[in-house]
Amino acid sequence: MVTRTEDLIPHRSPLLAFIARWLLTTNHKEIGTLYLWLSFTLFFIAGAMAMVIRLELFQPGIQFVQPLFYNQMVTMHGLIMVFGVVMPAFVGLANWQIPMMIGAPDMALPRLNNFSFWILPFAFTLLLSSLFMEGGAPNFGWTFYAPLSTTYGPPSTDFFIIGVHMMGISSVLGAINIMVTIFNLRTPGMTLMKMPLFVWTWLITAFLLIMVMPVLAGAVTMVLTDRHFDTSFFSAAGGGDPVFFQHVFWFFGHPEVYILILPGFGIASQIIPTFARKKLFGYHSMVYATASIAILSFIVWGHHMFTSGMPLMGELFFMYATMLIAVPTGVKVFNWVATMWRGSLTFETPMLFALGFVILFTIGGLSGLMLALVPADFQYHDTFFVVAHFHYVLYPGAIFGTMAAVYYWLPKWTGHMYDERLGKIHFWTAVIAVNLTFFPMHFSGLAGMPRRIVDYSPQFVDFNMVSSIGSGLLGLSQVLFLYIVIKTIRGGEPASTRVWEGAEGLEWTVPSPAPLHTFETPPPFPPVMESDVNE
Amino acid sequence: MTETPNNQHKHVILLCSLALAMFGFAYALVPLYQIFCEVTGLNGKTSGRAADPATISQVSDREVTIQFLAQVGNGMPWEFRPTEHQLRVRLGEFNTTNYYARNRAAQAVTGQAVPSVSPGYAAKYLRKVECFCFTQQHLEAGEDQNMPVRFYIGDDLPEEIHTISLSYTLFKVPAVQDTSSIAKIANNQQ
Repeated sequence: MVTRTEDLIPHRSPLLAFIARWLLTTNHKEIGTLYLWLSFTLFFIAGAMAMVIRLELFQPGIQFVQPLFYNQMVTMHGLIMVFGVVMPAFVGLANWQIPMMIGAPDMALPRLNNFSFWILPFAFTLLLSSLFMEGGAPNFGWTFYAPLSTTYGPPSTDFFIIGVHMMGISSVLGAINIMVTIFNLRTPGMTLMKMPLFVWTWLITAFLLIMVMPVLAGAVTMVLTDRHFDTSFFSAAGGGDPVFFQHVFWFFGHPEVYILILPGFGIASQIIPTFARKKLFGYHSMVYATASIAILSFIVWGHHMFTSGMPLMGELFFMYATMLIAVPTGVKVFNWVATMWRGSLTFETPMLFALGFVILFTIGGLSGLMLALVPADFQYHDTFFVVAHFHYVLYPGAIFGTMAAVYYWLPKWTGHMYDERLGKIHFWTAVIAVNLTFFPMHFSGLAGMPRRIVDYSPQFVDFNMVSSIGSGLLGLSQVLFLYIVIKTIRGGEPASTRVWEGAEGLEWTVPSPAPLHTFETPPPFPPVMESDVNE
Repeated sequence: MTETPNNQHKHVILLCSLALAMFGFAYALVPLYQIFCEVTGLNGKTSGRAADPATISQVSDREVTIQFLAQVGNGMPWEFRPTEHQLRVRLGEFNTTNYYARNRAAQAVTGQAVPSVSPGYAAKYLRKVECFCFTQQHLEAGEDQNMPVRFYIGDDLPEEIHTISLSYTLFKVPAVQDTSSIAKIANNQQ
């Protein structure tokens, strides 16, 4: 098992060696890095699409782009942010951290790991290439409701379908790998209930991925056969039902939103205890709350479809089931706050992002509760209120969670401390900009501004101008983030082994930067923490 | 650690099977959804089979209004309308109404009517003994016909329902799904 890629490919040229190293690597740290850079690249591509959307919405009327292209931007922005940014970022973090946090030498299935990653660049090339095709990219929204994607979908829809299939295969294989690693490669003594919470939340996320990504694959396959093979899954003419599409899609879609946030919960649960210098409050309840959220996520999909003519009993069931999710989520928020209670708090950048996560995600959760109420949802449905809600849970939730994790673990990965001053500037710019961008959308949505439409009524102009200015600032703040990451990779103050004074866990017992191979023999557990402090 | 490869294989096989089973589940949702809607009468779906006239209990004094609606789907070149717009009927009593269809196209077209009932939960009380929606309709160019619906309304209809709307949407059947052509292919193969 010590065959290395260097031995397989002779050093013919540095370029070839470089390509061979990254193309053939089976090392969890290198694959983690690949995932994170792919996610970062797509973050800027999908972010540029968001800039097009906000530029167009700066004023009412049609300024810069045609309605069809606007719809393509909305669709591609959503698809890439969900499948290309948040999911690969979390898988990248899992690859880097899970083996180091459980004391494993690598992932359980390293070659499969390589395969899972290398599917993705091809999937996104397929998806992005549809922008240059005749008829344009998919324009039906990331939810690809039938018949918009069947009868009325542009020819490039087939490229989108194959792209989604490839992403799905990648996610399912990645999830299988993560679950097998967690079940089999924990260091002796680390029982399931002693695992770090990031590992726990990822275990549950991986389970959700295995359960629902195949259902999405089924949905896109049905769309494909409806388009080309004369089936009628979603066509009433042949005995099918377009509403059925929404059921299949949201059966995938709702667990999917927890796939996008549970690893973020795990990250906050790692970072807050470190900077509060206290143990996490209510470890067991955190695990049970995460599991309850995952189980409940399978029975709430109908709340996306309240206005589709669902019978009253269905609406009541989905409303109550949805509101029930607030209970375990509330437990989590309570535990994070209780962890900080009387702690010795310091506010380094990872902690700032984790706190931003907790506060702003809670705002998104509360607007989610408002949307769960059937009568209120009839007003909010398909308005910018929904856009505000899911951007509050995704941007300051999933994205801030990822950024917190990057600042937290970057010294371990690179061996250098990031620039704390720039990190703080990044945080404050991002947190102000995120609220400027998305908070006004609550108001324009409540006042009735519909989503996914290129033009709007003039009374919404002030809210939209504020949003657009905020989004420009938000985009710029992420360029600063890219600069900080590159600067840290290239140099900086050397990081100590433990990096943070209050850090606990196996990953903080390996040197910084973490060598390519760690824990070739299982480490002792609980770990012996070095008591050095990075000053 | 390394002495547990068997466990590892077991987990990989288990999880792969779970993923494949969930792919199958997406397809299993198709019949499950049909059955769920039919049993509960949700979604305004009436039964696709003829009701047995023998199940009829008795004619009650309670009267309700039944309204007939007709729509044509995209690309369907037929004229399609009910011959009467509403009827006042007694529960448990047999009634017959007709829909009129005429093919305005220059070639033969096959159509399929898909029924929908409003309010949705009234669907299971509307029992059709005979309906043109049970089969596909075939009209030559310019041909027309009256298509009967024979039905009764169950006397267990909830009290609060006073009006039922029965709507048909007529869709053009793509040539490949035309049962007559499928029958021809089947005959040729024999």
